[in-house]
Amino acid sequence: MSELPKTPLLDELEKGPWPSFVTEIKKAAKKNLMAKDELAQLEKSYTDKRGYWKHGGIVGVRGYGAGVIGRYSSLPDQFPNVANFHTVRINSIAGFFYTSDAIKMMCDIWDKYGSGLTNFHGSTGDIILLGTNTENLEPLFAEFSSRGWDLGGSGSAMRTPSCCVGPARCEWSNIDTLDITYSITQEFQDELHRPAFPYKFKFKTAGCAVDCIASIARADCSIIGTWKGNIAIDQDAVKWYEKNGMNIQEEIVNRCPTKCMSYDGKTLKINDEDCSRCMHCIAKMTKALKPTGERGATILIGSKAPFVIGATLSWVIIPFMKMEPPYTELKEFTRKVWEYWDEYGKNRERIGELIIRRGMRDFLEYVGIQPDPRMVKEPRRDPFYFWKEEELVPNSKL
Amino acid sequence: MDKEELKQKIYSLVEQSMGKKKLKQSDIEKKISEEAGVTRQDVKAALKELIDEGKLIYTYFGGSFVEIPPKQ
Repeated sequence: MSELPKTPLLDELEKGPWPSFVTEIKKAAKKNLMAKDELAQLEKSYTDKRGYWKHGGIVGVRGYGAGVIGRYSSLPDQFPNVANFHTVRINSIAGFFYTSDAIKMMCDIWDKYGSGLTNFHGSTGDIILLGTNTENLEPLFAEFSSRGWDLGGSGSAMRTPSCCVGPARCEWSNIDTLDITYSITQEFQDELHRPAFPYKFKFKTAGCAVDCIASIARADCSIIGTWKGNIAIDQDAVKWYEKNGMNIQEEIVNRCPTKCMSYDGKTLKINDEDCSRCMHCIAKMTKALKPTGERGATILIGSKAPFVIGATLSWVIIPFMKMEPPYTELKEFTRKVWEYWDEYGKNRERIGELIIRRGMRDFLEYVGIQPDPRMVKEPRRDPFYFWKEEELVPNSKL
Repeated sequence: MDKEELKQKIYSLVEQSMGKKKLKQSDIEKKISEEAGVTRQDVKAALKELIDEGKLIYTYFGGSFVEIPPKQ
């Protein structure tokens, strides 16, 4: 293969102690013409201070409406090997567990049909294969499919559900995040591959409120593990933390968002009725504190990155739901939410935006859920519900 | 209405909309189920066959739509 194009501007991004995406593209470009043109086009973008990619259009594999994102160079004569340079999303494994053999197999297929460049993982949670041409899509999909892999979501579809590592590697998981993700993926195959929604819909499942998968900030439906019982306290372990330099008052008690803790230098006390299960104290003192009692999940709806109305967090819709296979309650609730969205949603309107536009009361009435003071719009904000006049029955005792 | 008839009705709707309005899957399900007096599930199943046969395809233009594939 001929030598690499000159890239003085991109070379600047190889300096310093950290790994560089430029170095990786150069490695791929030494043996792959697509990666070589990708490198050259990117240098031109840096020189001209503008991008040269277009996306969307008519591209995919037969029977699927999702999983391939059409991408085209706007300079095809100059960079013919990336004239079409589509992104392929492969449905990731729940919790992102792979054997090294599986990764080698994927990379071998990708070297054969694509640029050799990947993202593990994209912000969607999918395995992202960066750049192949239209002719290679069907054979690429056939190779993955024959080995038991499938495409992920894209466009106006349910996106590939993702989750934290959950009980597979974390002692604080209140729910089986991996099983929930797997079950959602199997249940909603049509919704994943055949885009029928007004816009995208994302599930993310976290085992506890530490929310390592950041579900509260980036999922239309955030499923976050929680518990109903008290927090068990091992007072000896609390003293161990103090002896080893932790300032219990400053770092634990003062930072409790609901101020439900106290410490007199001898005994740590928690008023569990006021605890919002935020996990701060437990995550800081893992040896001393642990949840007890019934486990389940809080179901929240509506977060998204900035688009029409700016970034929003998910807000609580169901404070506590038991999460046991086959997760019938969650699936029925989801179908009801989609029905509401289908009935009233505008094109490119996320479910959270729709609820804001029509009001929480309208949404709750449709899905058949009673308002609850725990349905907060954002952490530590007032309940997001407006009563009808006829619902305001005066309390005779007042 | 049998499935083939339903498929033809869906195809005609998409064909008539070409160049005027891009249709989402839900637009097709709503309109055809109302006109043909069948359930949305029936329309969905018929549409699925049309997609699998390659007679209709999904496209993406800021949202996902159902269209007739371009002539090669």
